[in-house]
Amino acid sequence: MTAGVDPIVFNLIVFVLAIFVGFQVVWNVTPALHTPLMSVTNAISSIIMVGAMLAAGAADLDWGGWLGVLAVALVSINTFGGFLVTRRMLEMFRKKEPKPVAKEKP
Amino acid sequence: MSANQLALWYLVAAVSFILALRGLSGPQSARRGNVYGMVGMAIALLATLALVYAHSKNVLPILGAMAIGGAIGAVVARWVQMTQMPQLIAAMHSLVGLAAVFIAIAAVNNPAAMALDVPITLGHKVELFIGTFIGAVTFSGSVIAFGKLSGTIRSAPVVFVGQHYLNLAIGIAMIGFGIWFCTSPAPAEWGPFTVMTVLAFVLGFLLIIPIGGADMPVVISMLNSYSGWAAAGIGFSLDNPMLIIAGSLVGSSGAILSYIMCKAMNRSFFSVILGGFGGEVSADAGGAEKKAVKSGSAEDAAFLLSNADTVIIVPGYGLAVARAQHAVKELAAKLTAKGVTVKYAIHPVAGRMPGHMNVLLAEAEVPYDQVFEMEDINGEFAQADVALILGANDVVNPLAEQKGSAIYGMPIIEAYKARSVLVNKRSMASGYAGLDNPLFYMDKTMMVFGDAKKVVEDLVKAVD
Repeated sequence: MTAGVDPIVFNLIVFVLAIFVGFQVVWNVTPALHTPLMSVTNAISSIIMVGAMLAAGAADLDWGGWLGVLAVALVSINTFGGFLVTRRMLEMFRKKEPKPVAKEKP
Repeated sequence: MSANQLALWYLVAAVSFILALRGLSGPQSARRGNVYGMVGMAIALLATLALVYAHSKNVLPILGAMAIGGAIGAVVARWVQMTQMPQLIAAMHSLVGLAAVFIAIAAVNNPAAMALDVPITLGHKVELFIGTFIGAVTFSGSVIAFGKLSGTIRSAPVVFVGQHYLNLAIGIAMIGFGIWFCTSPAPAEWGPFTVMTVLAFVLGFLLIIPIGGADMPVVISMLNSYSGWAAAGIGFSLDNPMLIIAGSLVGSSGAILSYIMCKAMNRSFFSVILGGFGGEVSADAGGAEKKAVKSGSAEDAAFLLSNADTVIIVPGYGLAVARAQHAVKELAAKLTAKGVTVKYAIHPVAGRMPGHMNVLLAEAEVPYDQVFEMEDINGEFAQADVALILGANDVVNPLAEQKGSAIYGMPIIEAYKARSVLVNKRSMASGYAGLDNPLFYMDKTMMVFGDAKKVVEDLVKAVD
Protein backbone atom coordinates (compact mmCIF):
# COMPACT_ATOMS: atom_id res chain seq x y z
CA MET A 1 0.00 0.00 0.00
CA THR A 2 2.81 2.37 0.87
CA ALA A 3 4.76 1.62 -2.30
CA GLY A 4 3.28 4.44 -4.34
CA VAL A 5 3.40 7.09 -1.64
CA ASP A 6 5.61 10.07 -2.31
CA PRO A 7 8.25 10.72 0.43
CA ILE A 8 6.82 14.22 0.81
CA VAL A 9 3.52 12.71 1.93
CA PHE A 10 5.35 10.49 4.41
CA ASN A 11 7.20 13.51 5.75
CA LEU A 12 3.93 15.37 6.08
CA ILE A 13 2.43 12.52 8.13
CA VAL A 14 5.43 12.52 10.47
CA PHE A 15 5.30 16.32 10.69
CA VAL A 16 1.63 16.57 11.61
CA LEU A 17 1.79 13.75 14.17
CA ALA A 18 4.91 15.26 15.78
CA ILE A 19 3.16 18.62 16.11
CA PHE A 20 0.26 16.91 17.85
CA VAL A 21 2.57 15.12 20.26
CA GLY A 22 4.39 18.41 20.88
CA PHE A 23 1.16 20.23 21.71
CA GLN A 24 -0.03 17.50 24.07
CA VAL A 25 3.26 17.29 25.91
CA VAL A 26 4.03 21.00 26.17
CA TRP A 27 0.61 21.95 27.55
CA ASN A 28 1.46 19.76 30.53
CA VAL A 29 4.65 21.65 31.32
CA THR A 30 4.32 23.57 34.57
CA PRO A 31 4.62 27.36 34.03
CA ALA A 32 7.37 27.49 36.65
CA LEU A 33 9.60 25.51 34.26
CA HIS A 34 8.95 27.51 31.10
CA THR A 35 12.49 28.88 31.01
CA PRO A 36 14.08 25.40 31.26
CA LEU A 37 11.55 24.33 28.60
CA MET A 38 12.92 27.00 26.29
CA SER A 39 16.53 26.11 26.93
CA VAL A 40 15.92 22.39 26.45
CA THR A 41 13.94 22.93 23.23
CA ASN A 42 16.82 25.10 22.17
CA ALA A 43 19.18 22.20 22.75
CA ILE A 44 16.81 19.87 20.89
CA SER A 45 16.62 22.21 17.91
CA SER A 46 20.37 21.76 17.56
CA ILE A 47 19.38 18.40 16.03
CA ILE A 48 19.79 20.41 12.84
CA MET A 49 23.43 19.39 13.28
CA VAL A 50 22.42 16.12 11.61
CA GLY A 51 21.97 18.09 8.38
CA ALA A 52 25.19 19.99 8.96
CA MET A 53 27.07 16.70 9.44
CA LEU A 54 25.79 15.36 6.14
CA ALA A 55 27.03 18.52 4.42
CA ALA A 56 30.36 18.41 6.26
CA GLY A 57 30.84 14.71 5.53
CA ALA A 58 31.00 15.09 1.76
CA ALA A 59 33.76 12.97 0.20
CA ASP A 60 35.47 15.99 -1.34
CA LEU A 61 35.35 18.85 1.12
CA ASP A 62 34.65 21.88 -1.10
CA TRP A 63 33.52 25.30 0.23
CA GLY A 64 29.98 24.03 0.71
CA GLY A 65 31.31 21.21 2.87
CA TRP A 66 33.28 23.68 4.98
CA LEU A 67 30.09 25.67 5.41
CA GLY A 68 28.65 22.47 6.86
CA VAL A 69 31.64 22.18 9.22
CA LEU A 70 31.03 25.77 10.32
CA ALA A 71 27.35 24.95 10.90
CA VAL A 72 28.38 21.96 13.05
CA ALA A 73 30.57 24.25 15.19
CA LEU A 74 27.76 26.83 15.57
CA VAL A 75 25.03 24.43 16.66
CA SER A 76 27.37 22.44 18.93
CA ILE A 77 27.22 25.55 21.10
CA ASN A 78 23.46 24.92 21.43
CA THR A 79 23.77 21.20 21.95
CA PHE A 80 26.20 21.43 24.84
CA GLY A 81 25.20 24.87 26.13
CA GLY A 82 21.48 24.14 25.96
CA PHE A 83 21.47 20.87 27.88
CA LEU A 84 24.05 22.03 30.42
CA VAL A 85 22.34 25.31 31.22
CA THR A 86 19.04 23.44 31.56
CA ARG A 87 20.67 21.06 34.02
CA ARG A 88 22.10 23.99 35.95
CA MET A 89 18.68 25.63 36.19
CA LEU A 90 16.91 22.44 37.20
CA GLU A 91 19.45 21.92 39.98
CA MET A 92 18.23 25.22 41.42
CA PHE A 93 14.72 23.81 41.66
CA ARG A 94 15.92 20.99 43.89
CA LYS A 95 14.15 20.86 47.24
CA LYS A 96 16.32 22.51 49.86
CA GLU A 97 16.92 20.94 53.26
CA PRO A 98 15.05 23.07 55.78
CA LYS A 99 17.75 25.06 57.52
CA PRO A 100 17.71 25.17 61.33
CA VAL A 101 16.03 28.34 62.51
CA ALA A 102 18.78 30.68 63.63
CA LYS A 103 16.84 32.91 65.96
CA GLU A 104 14.28 32.25 68.63
CA LYS A 105 10.90 33.87 68.27
CA PRO A 106 10.94 36.96 70.53
CA MET B 1 24.98 1.48 8.89
CA SER B 2 21.95 0.85 6.73
CA ALA B 3 19.25 3.43 6.17
CA ASN B 4 16.83 1.29 8.18
CA GLN B 5 19.17 1.06 11.15
CA LEU B 6 19.70 4.81 11.05
CA ALA B 7 15.95 5.45 10.97
CA LEU B 8 15.42 3.19 13.98
CA TRP B 9 18.10 5.00 15.98
CA TYR B 10 16.35 8.23 15.04
CA LEU B 11 13.13 6.76 16.41
CA VAL B 12 14.84 6.07 19.75
CA ALA B 13 16.17 9.64 19.80
CA ALA B 14 12.75 11.09 18.97
CA VAL B 15 11.11 9.18 21.82
CA SER B 16 13.83 10.43 24.18
CA PHE B 17 13.13 14.03 23.16
CA ILE B 18 9.42 13.56 23.84
CA LEU B 19 10.28 12.14 27.28
CA ALA B 20 12.57 15.11 27.90
CA LEU B 21 9.69 17.51 27.30
CA ARG B 22 7.23 15.40 29.26
CA GLY B 23 9.53 15.41 32.27
CA LEU B 24 9.10 19.16 32.58
CA SER B 25 5.70 18.72 34.21
CA GLY B 26 7.47 18.88 37.58
CA PRO B 27 10.91 19.80 38.95
CA GLN B 28 11.75 16.23 40.04
CA SER B 29 10.99 14.51 36.77
CA ALA B 30 12.54 17.39 34.81
CA ARG B 31 16.08 16.46 35.79
CA ARG B 32 15.53 12.91 34.58
CA GLY B 33 13.91 14.31 31.43
CA ASN B 34 16.97 16.39 30.72
CA VAL B 35 19.11 13.24 30.85
CA TYR B 36 16.75 11.60 28.35
CA GLY B 37 17.24 14.63 26.12
CA MET B 38 21.04 14.36 26.28
CA VAL B 39 20.95 10.62 25.58
CA GLY B 40 18.58 11.12 22.65
CA MET B 41 20.83 13.80 21.19
CA ALA B 42 23.93 11.62 21.62
CA ILE B 43 22.21 8.70 19.87
CA ALA B 44 21.04 10.82 16.94
CA LEU B 45 24.43 12.46 16.46
CA LEU B 46 26.47 9.25 16.83
CA ALA B 47 24.22 7.39 14.39
CA THR B 48 24.63 10.19 11.85
CA LEU B 49 28.35 10.29 12.44
CA ALA B 50 28.53 6.53 11.80
CA LEU B 51 26.67 7.06 8.54
CA VAL B 52 29.08 9.80 7.47
CA TYR B 53 32.04 7.61 8.41
CA ALA B 54 30.68 4.73 6.33
CA HIS B 55 30.26 7.06 3.34
CA SER B 56 33.38 9.18 3.28
CA LYS B 57 35.53 8.57 6.40
CA ASN B 58 35.53 12.35 6.58
CA VAL B 59 34.65 12.77 10.26
CA LEU B 60 37.69 14.64 11.63
CA PRO B 61 36.53 18.15 10.63
CA ILE B 62 33.13 17.37 12.17
CA LEU B 63 34.63 16.18 15.45
CA GLY B 64 36.94 19.20 15.58
CA ALA B 65 34.03 21.57 14.99
CA MET B 66 31.97 19.84 17.67
CA ALA B 67 34.82 20.10 20.17
CA ILE B 68 35.19 23.84 19.58
CA GLY B 69 31.46 24.59 19.65
CA GLY B 70 30.89 22.25 22.57
CA ALA B 71 33.62 23.89 24.63
CA ILE B 72 32.16 27.34 24.01
CA GLY B 73 28.68 26.08 24.88
CA ALA B 74 29.84 24.40 28.09
CA VAL B 75 31.70 27.50 29.27
CA VAL B 76 28.74 29.77 28.52
CA ALA B 77 26.31 27.40 30.25
CA ARG B 78 28.50 27.35 33.33
CA TRP B 79 29.01 31.08 33.71
CA VAL B 80 25.92 32.79 32.31
CA GLN B 81 23.93 34.71 34.90
CA MET B 82 20.30 33.81 35.31
CA THR B 83 19.25 37.39 34.58
CA GLN B 84 21.01 36.96 31.21
CA MET B 85 19.06 33.83 30.24
CA PRO B 86 16.82 35.66 27.74
CA GLN B 87 19.85 36.98 25.83
CA LEU B 88 21.50 33.58 25.85
CA ILE B 89 18.36 31.90 24.50
CA ALA B 90 18.03 34.55 21.78
CA ALA B 91 21.67 34.07 20.78
CA MET B 92 21.17 30.32 20.56
CA HIS B 93 18.10 30.73 18.36
CA SER B 94 20.17 32.80 15.98
CA LEU B 95 22.74 29.99 15.69
CA VAL B 96 20.08 27.44 14.71
CA GLY B 97 18.74 29.85 12.09
CA LEU B 98 22.17 30.51 10.64
CA ALA B 99 23.00 26.80 10.57
CA ALA B 100 19.77 26.14 8.63
CA VAL B 101 20.85 28.69 6.02
CA PHE B 102 24.35 27.20 5.78
CA ILE B 103 22.98 23.69 5.34
CA ALA B 104 20.61 24.87 2.62
CA ILE B 105 23.47 26.60 0.77
CA ALA B 106 25.59 23.46 1.05
CA ALA B 107 22.68 21.42 -0.30
CA VAL B 108 22.25 23.68 -3.32
CA ASN B 109 26.00 23.59 -3.91
CA ASN B 110 26.38 19.81 -3.70
CA PRO B 111 23.03 17.99 -3.64
CA ALA B 112 24.62 14.57 -4.15
CA ALA B 113 26.50 14.81 -0.85
CA MET B 114 23.21 15.26 1.00
CA ALA B 115 21.70 12.24 -0.80
CA LEU B 116 19.46 14.50 -2.88
CA ASP B 117 18.61 13.95 -6.55
CA VAL B 118 20.77 15.82 -9.04
CA PRO B 119 19.26 18.14 -10.21
CA ILE B 120 17.21 18.77 -7.07
CA THR B 121 13.54 17.99 -7.59
CA LEU B 122 10.98 20.81 -7.53
CA GLY B 123 9.44 19.55 -4.27
CA HIS B 124 12.78 19.55 -2.46
CA LYS B 125 13.60 22.96 -3.87
CA VAL B 126 10.40 24.42 -2.45
CA GLU B 127 11.27 22.86 0.92
CA LEU B 128 14.83 24.20 0.75
CA PHE B 129 13.43 27.65 0.00
CA ILE B 130 11.09 27.48 3.01
CA GLY B 131 13.81 26.16 5.33
CA THR B 132 16.25 28.84 4.19
CA PHE B 133 13.94 31.79 4.63
CA ILE B 134 12.67 30.69 8.04
CA GLY B 135 16.28 30.13 9.09
CA ALA B 136 17.38 33.53 7.83
CA VAL B 137 14.46 35.33 9.49
CA THR B 138 15.21 33.47 12.72
CA PHE B 139 18.86 34.49 12.55
CA SER B 140 18.53 38.21 11.97
CA GLY B 141 15.42 38.48 14.16
CA SER B 142 17.23 36.76 17.03
CA VAL B 143 20.28 38.98 16.62
CA ILE B 144 18.05 42.04 17.08
CA ALA B 145 16.22 40.40 20.00
CA PHE B 146 19.60 39.62 21.57
CA GLY B 147 20.67 43.24 21.14
CA LYS B 148 17.48 44.57 22.68
CA LEU B 149 17.57 42.14 25.60
CA SER B 150 21.23 42.73 26.41
CA GLY B 151 20.87 46.49 26.05
CA THR B 152 23.38 46.72 23.19
CA ILE B 153 20.68 48.37 21.13
CA ARG B 154 17.81 50.47 22.48
CA SER B 155 14.81 48.34 23.36
CA ALA B 156 12.37 51.07 22.33
CA PRO B 157 10.37 50.20 19.22
CA VAL B 158 11.71 51.59 15.95
CA VAL B 159 8.74 52.67 13.87
CA PHE B 160 8.58 54.64 10.65
CA VAL B 161 5.95 55.52 8.08
CA GLY B 162 5.08 52.74 5.67
CA GLN B 163 6.93 50.13 7.71
CA HIS B 164 4.33 47.41 7.27
CA TYR B 165 4.05 48.07 3.54
CA LEU B 166 7.83 47.86 3.23
CA ASN B 167 7.80 44.52 5.07
CA LEU B 168 4.98 43.29 2.87
CA ALA B 169 6.84 44.36 -0.29
CA ILE B 170 10.02 42.62 0.86
CA GLY B 171 8.04 39.51 1.78
CA ILE B 172 6.41 39.36 -1.64
CA ALA B 173 9.71 39.99 -3.41
CA MET B 174 11.32 37.24 -1.35
CA ILE B 175 8.62 34.76 -2.36
CA GLY B 176 8.99 35.88 -5.98
CA PHE B 177 12.73 35.19 -5.97
CA GLY B 178 12.01 31.92 -4.14
CA ILE B 179 9.72 30.78 -6.94
CA TRP B 180 12.35 31.86 -9.48
CA PHE B 181 14.92 29.77 -7.58
CA CYS B 182 12.62 26.74 -7.54
CA THR B 183 12.00 26.87 -11.28
CA SER B 184 15.51 27.62 -12.58
CA PRO B 185 18.10 24.97 -13.53
CA ALA B 186 21.39 24.31 -11.71
CA PRO B 187 23.84 27.17 -12.28
CA ALA B 188 21.20 29.88 -12.88
CA GLU B 189 19.51 29.11 -9.56
CA TRP B 190 22.25 30.82 -7.52
CA GLY B 191 21.19 34.36 -8.42
CA PRO B 192 17.60 34.18 -7.18
CA PHE B 193 18.65 31.96 -4.26
CA THR B 194 21.14 34.54 -3.04
CA VAL B 195 18.74 37.47 -3.42
CA MET B 196 15.99 35.49 -1.68
CA THR B 197 18.28 34.70 1.27
CA VAL B 198 19.45 38.30 1.64
CA LEU B 199 15.85 39.54 1.55
CA ALA B 200 14.94 37.04 4.27
CA PHE B 201 17.77 38.34 6.47
CA VAL B 202 16.54 41.92 5.96
CA LEU B 203 12.97 40.87 6.70
CA GLY B 204 13.93 39.24 10.01
CA PHE B 205 15.68 42.44 11.01
CA LEU B 206 12.73 44.64 10.05
CA LEU B 207 10.20 42.38 11.75
CA ILE B 208 11.80 42.64 15.18
CA ILE B 209 12.97 46.29 15.34
CA PRO B 210 9.44 47.71 15.85
CA ILE B 211 8.77 45.43 18.82
CA GLY B 212 9.40 47.04 22.19
CA GLY B 213 10.94 45.74 25.37
CA ALA B 214 7.65 44.85 27.05
CA ASP B 215 6.79 42.38 24.32
CA MET B 216 10.11 40.56 24.53
CA PRO B 217 8.60 37.46 26.22
CA VAL B 218 6.44 36.98 23.14
CA VAL B 219 9.26 37.68 20.69
CA ILE B 220 11.63 35.23 22.29
CA SER B 221 8.96 32.49 22.37
CA MET B 222 8.13 33.24 18.76
CA LEU B 223 11.76 32.95 17.67
CA ASN B 224 11.97 29.71 19.67
CA SER B 225 9.13 28.44 17.54
CA TYR B 226 10.75 29.67 14.29
CA SER B 227 14.04 27.91 15.06
CA GLY B 228 12.07 24.66 15.34
CA TRP B 229 10.24 25.23 12.06
CA ALA B 230 13.56 26.02 10.37
CA ALA B 231 14.91 22.64 11.49
CA ALA B 232 11.72 20.93 10.32
CA GLY B 233 11.95 22.72 6.95
CA ILE B 234 15.51 21.49 6.44
CA GLY B 235 14.30 18.03 7.51
CA PHE B 236 11.70 18.08 4.75
CA SER B 237 14.25 19.05 2.13
CA LEU B 238 16.68 16.32 3.21
CA ASP B 239 13.89 13.72 3.74
CA ASN B 240 15.15 13.36 7.29
CA PRO B 241 12.44 12.32 9.79
CA MET B 242 14.69 13.09 12.78
CA LEU B 243 14.86 16.77 11.87
CA ILE B 244 11.14 16.89 11.12
CA ILE B 245 10.13 15.35 14.46
CA ALA B 246 12.53 17.34 16.65
CA GLY B 247 11.83 20.55 14.71
CA SER B 248 8.06 20.13 15.09
CA LEU B 249 8.37 19.48 18.83
CA VAL B 250 10.35 22.68 19.25
CA GLY B 251 8.11 24.61 16.86
CA SER B 252 4.91 23.68 18.65
CA SER B 253 6.48 24.33 22.05
CA GLY B 254 7.46 27.85 21.02
CA ALA B 255 4.02 28.44 19.54
CA ILE B 256 2.33 27.45 22.80
CA LEU B 257 4.63 29.71 24.81
CA SER B 258 3.91 32.63 22.46
CA TYR B 259 0.20 32.01 22.94
CA ILE B 260 0.51 31.87 26.74
CA MET B 261 2.59 35.08 26.80
CA CYS B 262 0.14 36.95 24.53
CA LYS B 263 -2.73 35.83 26.72
CA ALA B 264 -0.91 36.99 29.87
CA MET B 265 -0.51 40.45 28.36
CA ASN B 266 -3.96 40.45 26.78
CA ARG B 267 -2.40 41.25 23.42
CA SER B 268 -3.22 39.60 20.14
CA PHE B 269 -0.35 37.89 18.40
CA PHE B 270 -0.74 40.21 15.42
CA SER B 271 -0.60 43.40 17.44
CA VAL B 272 2.70 42.17 18.92
CA ILE B 273 4.11 41.37 15.48
CA LEU B 274 3.02 44.74 14.11
CA GLY B 275 4.89 46.32 17.00
CA GLY B 276 5.16 49.89 18.18
CA PHE B 277 4.19 48.98 21.74
CA GLY B 278 6.33 49.17 24.83
CA GLY B 279 8.38 52.31 24.42
CA GLU B 280 9.70 54.07 27.47
CA VAL B 281 6.96 56.53 28.37
CA SER B 282 8.60 59.52 29.99
CA ALA B 283 5.61 61.77 30.59
CA ASP B 284 3.29 60.32 33.20
CA ALA B 285 0.07 59.56 31.41
CA GLY B 286 -2.50 60.79 33.89
CA GLY B 287 -0.48 63.75 35.06
CA ALA B 288 -3.32 66.28 35.01
CA GLU B 289 -4.67 65.56 38.47
CA LYS B 290 -1.98 65.00 41.05
CA LYS B 291 -3.25 62.57 43.59
CA ALA B 292 -1.63 62.06 46.94
CA VAL B 293 0.26 58.89 47.69
CA LYS B 294 1.12 57.73 51.14
CA SER B 295 4.79 57.02 51.41
CA GLY B 296 6.60 55.47 54.31
CA SER B 297 10.00 54.36 55.50
CA ALA B 298 11.40 50.85 55.61
CA GLU B 299 10.77 50.81 59.36
CA ASP B 300 7.06 51.51 58.87
CA ALA B 301 6.89 48.75 56.30
CA ALA B 302 8.80 46.32 58.52
CA PHE B 303 6.34 47.00 61.34
CA LEU B 304 3.42 46.09 59.06
CA LEU B 305 5.18 42.97 57.81
CA SER B 306 6.18 41.58 61.19
CA ASN B 307 2.69 42.01 62.60
CA ALA B 308 1.05 40.21 59.69
CA ASP B 309 -0.12 36.60 59.62
CA THR B 310 0.20 36.18 55.87
CA VAL B 311 2.38 38.14 53.47
CA ILE B 312 2.29 37.63 49.71
CA ILE B 313 5.30 38.94 47.83
CA VAL B 314 4.74 40.03 44.23
CA PRO B 315 8.12 40.24 42.47
CA GLY B 316 8.47 42.09 39.18
CA TYR B 317 11.32 42.55 36.77
CA GLY B 318 12.47 45.64 38.70
CA LEU B 319 13.45 43.27 41.48
CA ALA B 320 15.65 41.21 39.18
CA VAL B 321 17.25 44.31 37.69
CA ALA B 322 18.18 45.47 41.19
CA ARG B 323 19.48 41.92 41.95
CA ALA B 324 17.45 41.89 45.14
CA GLN B 325 16.31 38.24 44.98
CA HIS B 326 18.70 37.07 47.68
CA ALA B 327 17.71 39.92 49.99
CA VAL B 328 14.06 39.04 49.45
CA LYS B 329 14.72 35.44 50.37
CA GLU B 330 16.44 36.59 53.54
CA LEU B 331 13.48 38.79 54.39
CA ALA B 332 11.08 35.91 53.80
CA ALA B 333 13.16 33.62 56.00
CA LYS B 334 13.15 36.18 58.82
CA LEU B 335 9.41 36.67 58.58
CA THR B 336 8.85 32.92 58.53
CA ALA B 337 10.95 32.60 61.66
CA LYS B 338 8.59 35.10 63.29
CA GLY B 339 5.64 32.92 62.41
CA VAL B 340 4.49 34.84 59.34
CA THR B 341 3.32 32.79 56.37
CA VAL B 342 5.14 34.03 53.27
CA LYS B 343 4.14 33.20 49.72
CA TYR B 344 5.19 34.49 46.32
CA ALA B 345 2.80 35.36 43.49
CA ILE B 346 4.23 35.19 39.97
CA HIS B 347 2.63 36.78 36.94
CA PRO B 348 3.42 34.93 33.69
CA VAL B 349 5.21 38.01 32.31
CA ALA B 350 7.00 38.95 35.52
CA GLY B 351 10.40 38.45 33.83
CA ARG B 352 11.81 38.93 30.37
CA MET B 353 10.94 35.45 29.15
CA PRO B 354 8.41 32.75 30.08
CA GLY B 355 9.13 31.39 33.56
CA HIS B 356 12.06 33.75 34.07
CA MET B 357 11.03 34.93 37.56
CA ASN B 358 10.68 31.36 38.79
CA VAL B 359 14.28 30.64 37.79
CA LEU B 360 15.52 33.86 39.40
CA LEU B 361 13.79 32.98 42.67
CA ALA B 362 15.01 29.39 42.50
CA GLU B 363 18.54 30.70 42.05
CA ALA B 364 18.12 32.72 45.25
CA GLU B 365 17.14 29.42 46.92
CA VAL B 366 13.54 30.38 47.48
CA PRO B 367 11.77 27.02 48.05
CA TYR B 368 9.56 26.42 45.04
CA ASP B 369 6.62 25.27 47.16
CA GLN B 370 6.30 28.88 48.38
CA VAL B 371 6.07 30.15 44.80
CA PHE B 372 2.63 30.24 43.18
CA GLU B 373 1.34 31.04 39.72
CA MET B 374 -1.13 33.88 39.34
CA GLU B 375 -4.30 31.77 38.96
CA ASP B 376 -3.43 29.63 41.95
CA ILE B 377 -2.89 32.45 44.41
CA ASN B 378 -5.29 35.22 43.33
CA GLY B 379 -8.00 33.76 45.55
CA GLU B 380 -5.79 34.16 48.63
CA PHE B 381 -5.23 37.93 48.55
CA ALA B 382 -8.55 38.66 50.26
CA GLN B 383 -7.27 36.77 53.32
CA ALA B 384 -3.73 38.15 53.13
CA ASP B 385 -2.64 40.86 55.56
CA VAL B 386 0.06 42.41 53.41
CA ALA B 387 0.82 42.29 49.70
CA LEU B 388 4.44 43.32 49.19
CA ILE B 389 4.95 44.49 45.62
CA LEU B 390 8.58 44.70 44.54
CA GLY B 391 9.36 46.26 41.19
CA ALA B 392 6.07 45.31 39.54
CA ASN B 393 3.56 47.74 38.14
CA ASP B 394 1.29 46.85 35.21
CA VAL B 395 0.76 43.28 36.40
CA VAL B 396 -0.93 44.55 39.59
CA ASN B 397 -2.82 47.46 37.98
CA PRO B 398 -6.54 47.22 38.87
CA LEU B 399 -7.35 49.32 35.78
CA ALA B 400 -7.17 46.00 33.92
CA GLU B 401 -10.57 45.21 35.41
CA GLN B 402 -12.09 48.52 34.29
CA LYS B 403 -13.83 48.64 30.93
CA GLY B 404 -12.31 51.13 28.54
CA SER B 405 -8.81 51.24 30.00
CA ALA B 406 -5.87 50.46 27.73
CA ILE B 407 -5.07 47.24 29.52
CA TYR B 408 -8.69 46.13 30.10
CA GLY B 409 -8.89 42.35 30.15
CA MET B 410 -5.26 41.71 31.00
CA PRO B 411 -5.11 39.13 33.79
CA ILE B 412 -3.54 40.72 36.88
CA ILE B 413 -2.35 39.68 40.29
CA GLU B 414 -5.13 40.88 42.58
CA ALA B 415 -2.83 42.46 45.15
CA TYR B 416 -5.33 45.29 45.73
CA LYS B 417 -7.55 42.82 47.61
CA ALA B 418 -5.05 42.42 50.43
CA ARG B 419 -5.73 44.18 53.75
CA SER B 420 -2.76 46.46 53.20
CA VAL B 421 -0.44 46.91 50.27
CA LEU B 422 3.24 47.82 50.33
CA VAL B 423 4.74 48.97 47.06
CA ASN B 424 8.43 49.41 46.42
CA LYS B 425 9.25 51.44 43.32
CA ARG B 426 12.06 53.71 42.35
CA SER B 427 9.75 56.57 41.40
CA MET B 428 6.18 57.25 40.37
CA ALA B 429 7.00 56.68 36.69
CA SER B 430 4.43 54.58 34.88
CA GLY B 431 5.10 51.05 33.64
CA TYR B 432 5.57 49.79 30.11
CA ALA B 433 1.90 50.28 29.31
CA GLY B 434 2.27 53.99 30.15
CA LEU B 435 -0.69 53.91 32.50
CA ASP B 436 -1.15 55.37 35.93
CA ASN B 437 -1.80 52.75 38.59
CA PRO B 438 -4.74 53.49 40.93
CA LEU B 439 -3.39 50.87 43.33
CA PHE B 440 -0.73 53.36 44.43
CA TYR B 441 -3.36 55.88 45.56
CA MET B 442 -5.50 53.53 47.64
CA ASP B 443 -5.87 54.35 51.32
CA LYS B 444 -4.45 51.00 52.36
CA THR B 445 -1.37 51.39 50.15
CA MET B 446 1.99 52.57 51.40
CA MET B 447 4.76 53.38 48.96
CA VAL B 448 8.38 52.73 49.91
CA PHE B 449 10.50 54.54 47.34
CA GLY B 450 14.04 53.52 46.51
CA ASP B 451 16.17 50.88 44.84
CA ALA B 452 14.62 47.43 45.44
CA LYS B 453 17.80 45.91 46.85
CA LYS B 454 18.46 48.79 49.24
CA VAL B 455 14.86 48.86 50.44
CA VAL B 456 14.64 45.11 50.97
CA GLU B 457 17.95 45.08 52.85
CA ASP B 458 16.64 47.88 55.07
CA LEU B 459 13.49 45.81 55.63
CA VAL B 460 15.58 42.82 56.65
CA LYS B 461 17.41 44.96 59.21
CA ALA B 462 14.21 46.58 60.47
CA VAL B 463 12.24 43.35 60.88
CA ASP B 464 14.27 42.21 63.92
